[in-house]
Amino acid sequence: MEVKAEFLNVTVSRGSGDGVYQEAFQVPAYDNQTVLDVVSWIQQNVDPTLTYRFACRVGMCGSCAMMVNGQPRWTCRTHVKKVSTNQKLKIEPLRNLPVIKDLVADMDPFFGKWVEAEGVHHPTRTRYEPIEQIDPQDAARTTANEGIECINCAVCYAACDTVTNNADYLGPAALQRAWTVYNDVKDADKSAILDAVSGKGGCHSCHSIGSCTHYCPNELNPMQAIAGLKRATSKSFFKKGR
Amino acid sequence: MKRPARTHPLWLAYILHRLSGLILALFLPVHFYVLSQAITNPALLDGFLKFAEIPVVKVAEYGLVFLLAVHMFGGLRLMALEWLPWTAPQKTLAAGAVGAAFFLSTIFFLQAV
Repeated sequence: MEVKAEFLNVTVSRGSGDGVYQEAFQVPAYDNQTVLDVVSWIQQNVDPTLTYRFACRVGMCGSCAMMVNGQPRWTCRTHVKKVSTNQKLKIEPLRNLPVIKDLVADMDPFFGKWVEAEGVHHPTRTRYEPIEQIDPQDAARTTANEGIECINCAVCYAACDTVTNNADYLGPAALQRAWTVYNDVKDADKSAILDAVSGKGGCHSCHSIGSCTHYCPNELNPMQAIAGLKRATSKSFFKKGR
Repeated sequence: MKRPARTHPLWLAYILHRLSGLILALFLPVHFYVLSQAITNPALLDGFLKFAEIPVVKVAEYGLVFLLAVHMFGGLRLMALEWLPWTAPQKTLAAGAVGAAFFLSTIFFLQAV
């Protein structure tokens, strides 16, 4: 890789709680360089105490999301050239989540809400019965397929203004998971899902601002999924009369 | 502090809808108060209607009609977004068709009056 005689001016958020401060670094600029490469370069060459999270480096594991110049990004698949202005980068931990240290956000609230939204499988059969055959062209299956590429990176959660303003709101990722399981032909307890997503902080808290869909690195559409839940919960409300 | 991630059309549509709604909510009580003068104090209403003929006030009225239109279409957009299980291109086409129809009918209406 060709090294240019150029540097990136990188500001990195350090510390946690009341002790958060911004630290500036100069990082050599390469032709081909991701934001995660920049963070790794700092950790390996300047300050080994810089704390951040990553694993696969190919956009599959969903662990390296950070705020880059104010916008949530999967840093391993984000090229510096596409997001930097005047060779400047500002890197911070994900918005809407508590900070553990430096660039590491505490993901507990995010994953806790996945469970709260009842985005878990409710089996229709036991392991002793034959596997149910599913038609891949089935309408419900096609709808479910639209959401299965979610990698739990929390970019949508960090992008969402409703999450910022409403601590109870389950958030785009958890609700999209609930919608996916709701449409799964093999799921046996759809009313449990509708109950979980129709309460306080559920799908009806969504204002359809659309930042989740705008920033999803896998180009999924959580806003559409939440709209689906809004329709499904309303239909169930009018049918049951409660 | 982190700058929120907001520079996209959907967020602009959202904030326009919110702000127009807020301003209209502030305007409505004033509107009803002025209308009520037709019953309680016609002279005051006549004075106000004369005041409303001033060009600057006309421009302000244009602003109110604009807010009303923005809020109405914002609401229609939201209902289509949430209640119609259509694909994005279908919604774009439908919105385009409504926009074109509204434009043509408004031009026809303006020529008629």
